[in-house]
Amino acid sequence: MTTLDSSKEIQKNNSEVNETHEDFRMFGLITFLIADGMTFAGFFAAYLTYKAVNPLPDGAIYELELPIPTLNTILLLVSSATFHKAGKALLKDKNSDSQKWLFFTALLGIIFLICQLFEYFHLPFGLTDNLFASTFYALTGFHGLHVTLGTLMILIIAWQSRINGGRLTSQNMFPLEAVELYWHFVDGIWVVLFIILYLL
Amino acid sequence: MTISIDPQKTNNESLQPKGWLRYFSFSLDHKVIGIQYLVCGFLFYLIGGTLASAIRIELASPMSDFMPRDVYNQVLTLHGTIMIFLWIVPVVNGAFGNYLIPFYVGARDMAFPRLNAVAFWLIPPSGLMLVASYFVEGAAQAGWTAYPPLSITTPQSGQIIWILSVLLLGGSSIFGGINFIATIIKLRRPGLKLMQLPMYCWAMLGTSLLVVLSTPVLAGTLILLSFDIIAKTGFFNPVLGGNVVVYQHLFWFYSHPAVYIMVLPAFGLVSEILPVHARKPLFGYTTMVFSIMGIVVLGLIVWAHHMFTSGTPPWMRLFFTIATAFIAVPTGIKFFNWVATLWGGKISINSAMLFSCGFIINFVFGGITGVALAQVPFDIHVHDTYFVVAHFHYIVYGGTVFIIFSSIYHWFPKVTGKMLNEKLGILHFIITFIGFNLCFAPQHWLGLNGMPRRVAEYDPQFQFVNQISSLGALLMAISTIPFLLNVFLSVRNGKNAGDNPWNALTPEWLTSSPPPVENWEGEAPLVEEPYGYGNEISEQK
Repeated sequence: MTTLDSSKEIQKNNSEVNETHEDFRMFGLITFLIADGMTFAGFFAAYLTYKAVNPLPDGAIYELELPIPTLNTILLLVSSATFHKAGKALLKDKNSDSQKWLFFTALLGIIFLICQLFEYFHLPFGLTDNLFASTFYALTGFHGLHVTLGTLMILIIAWQSRINGGRLTSQNMFPLEAVELYWHFVDGIWVVLFIILYLL
Repeated sequence: MTISIDPQKTNNESLQPKGWLRYFSFSLDHKVIGIQYLVCGFLFYLIGGTLASAIRIELASPMSDFMPRDVYNQVLTLHGTIMIFLWIVPVVNGAFGNYLIPFYVGARDMAFPRLNAVAFWLIPPSGLMLVASYFVEGAAQAGWTAYPPLSITTPQSGQIIWILSVLLLGGSSIFGGINFIATIIKLRRPGLKLMQLPMYCWAMLGTSLLVVLSTPVLAGTLILLSFDIIAKTGFFNPVLGGNVVVYQHLFWFYSHPAVYIMVLPAFGLVSEILPVHARKPLFGYTTMVFSIMGIVVLGLIVWAHHMFTSGTPPWMRLFFTIATAFIAVPTGIKFFNWVATLWGGKISINSAMLFSCGFIINFVFGGITGVALAQVPFDIHVHDTYFVVAHFHYIVYGGTVFIIFSSIYHWFPKVTGKMLNEKLGILHFIITFIGFNLCFAPQHWLGLNGMPRRVAEYDPQFQFVNQISSLGALLMAISTIPFLLNVFLSVRNGKNAGDNPWNALTPEWLTSSPPPVENWEGEAPLVEEPYGYGNEISEQK
């Protein structure tokens, strides 16, 4: 068995070998976001099917007011830009600038959630009123859950980017990059949701 | 950016418990996690098998006399859910995938070891929760498909626990899938090309793509279903203006690919086992790879063939019939490639080989009935009858479970360093093969004659054939005895296996048995021809 002999010839002592490999955490995150996007795709497919085949009962309200969601769209798009600024600042080792931008991004996220809740309280229908109302709350609620988680993660990395003792530095950008990608993903989903749910 | 592995950190074994205790720890070693998946899955297989025996005892007589009808519904629901989500999916993906994939790509562990351990440790609690739901107002009664409105109108607590449990198992499955994709694509040893990977890597890559793309849709659907049950929304409740067919579409968008999630890894495993025991290269490597990817693509666009009786419009029936028939092409290519691999080989008749051949025979039968079921007129005739039960079990038991046993016989020497007893193994195969065919072949006849599935009582004219089927189930139950006996005896006093008892060429055999903690002493070997049997080097003894 030549193959066996060759395996024995290989140098032992792997504790002396200092191995490196590529950083594929971002790859894993992208795969996860594809999976997460499929959940939304399922919800969107269900919503569009309902819209096409299930007539609503007479008198059901399905026209939505546009000002608040439009404001929310702008808020999220701006927050994507401010997050990007935070990353740029950290890359130049300007930790305090980066931290400011992160807090600003988190603030935009919180305002988004407040606006969303404001809309919920002023809508003329509740969760169980009709099929449109249920899908509306399920879609926006599931997205709102993502925004909530994203805001919490932004606050965590903002804390980690403090100047003394923070673990987020220009050498260790991954936490910021990961949350940034997630945040852009949540923004993108919102744009699709805005078009399908409010405009269509 | 690169990550450097600190040898002090990774080799610090003192932090991990040693011996058998490590199988109960949050171990990050992919080999330990693989065995955890396998043993945990096998325990659930015994529970699911007991439930199956209960079903066959009930069906030995036409009256519902062994258990009340609602208990029968709970038993068949738990049987289906446990066997699919806690035995086949975790074992054929999680157990063998975790054990073998890092060897095959020449890595020391999976890409994300912690995520890997989390994925495993989600399984025991959700499984126990599912089993325990029987004692809280009774388990779910709506079958493993949980179709509304049945799942909305049956007792709630069991159904909610079922949903929670399946959501956790789905999460575990997605984490596993992400890990496999990252490991196969990103963690390959330098110099190892994609087209040199053993076939199981390709099968797991395809399976993981299906897991990542389709499982989240099931998760979303079940969240909506739980809203219907708890909050009384009307997504799937026709009384409240909802649409049950939307549930079926979303459910089968996951659950048809789930069939491939259960059977594609088995395709990969049998492609590893056959060349070793036939001493021949795997026939048609490239076509095998493209067939797997073809099945992945087609598998995502055939789901509505489960719904031909759900009021699907004619264009949908036409499209899904044709798409389903197309799947027979890549599957047929794989089938003929396995037969061609055996053709003219130096075949050793051992347990692993016998179970693999049993797989080929059963699987071609299940495949033919599958093509038949794709045809709308025939499908409408046998929909929801025992014909479907027979077809499904020919795929997942005759197909996948046979391969799980074959793989255990093949890789047991690698995992433990001991050989399994061949005589007991062959006995195990004979009883399983006869029992399986005796149990499920007559069910085709029952289904064609109109016996509905999932009902505790039936027309007395079917009694004799049902009793034959129950006799087969008894044999299947008995067949686990020689297997368990074999495993316990061999772990204690088995013959020493040596590093490579089969003279195999795939990378996991090029290290010691059992392998060291980081898989290889020194650098991982570069295996460019995992199936290079038949040339002079590999045949030298």
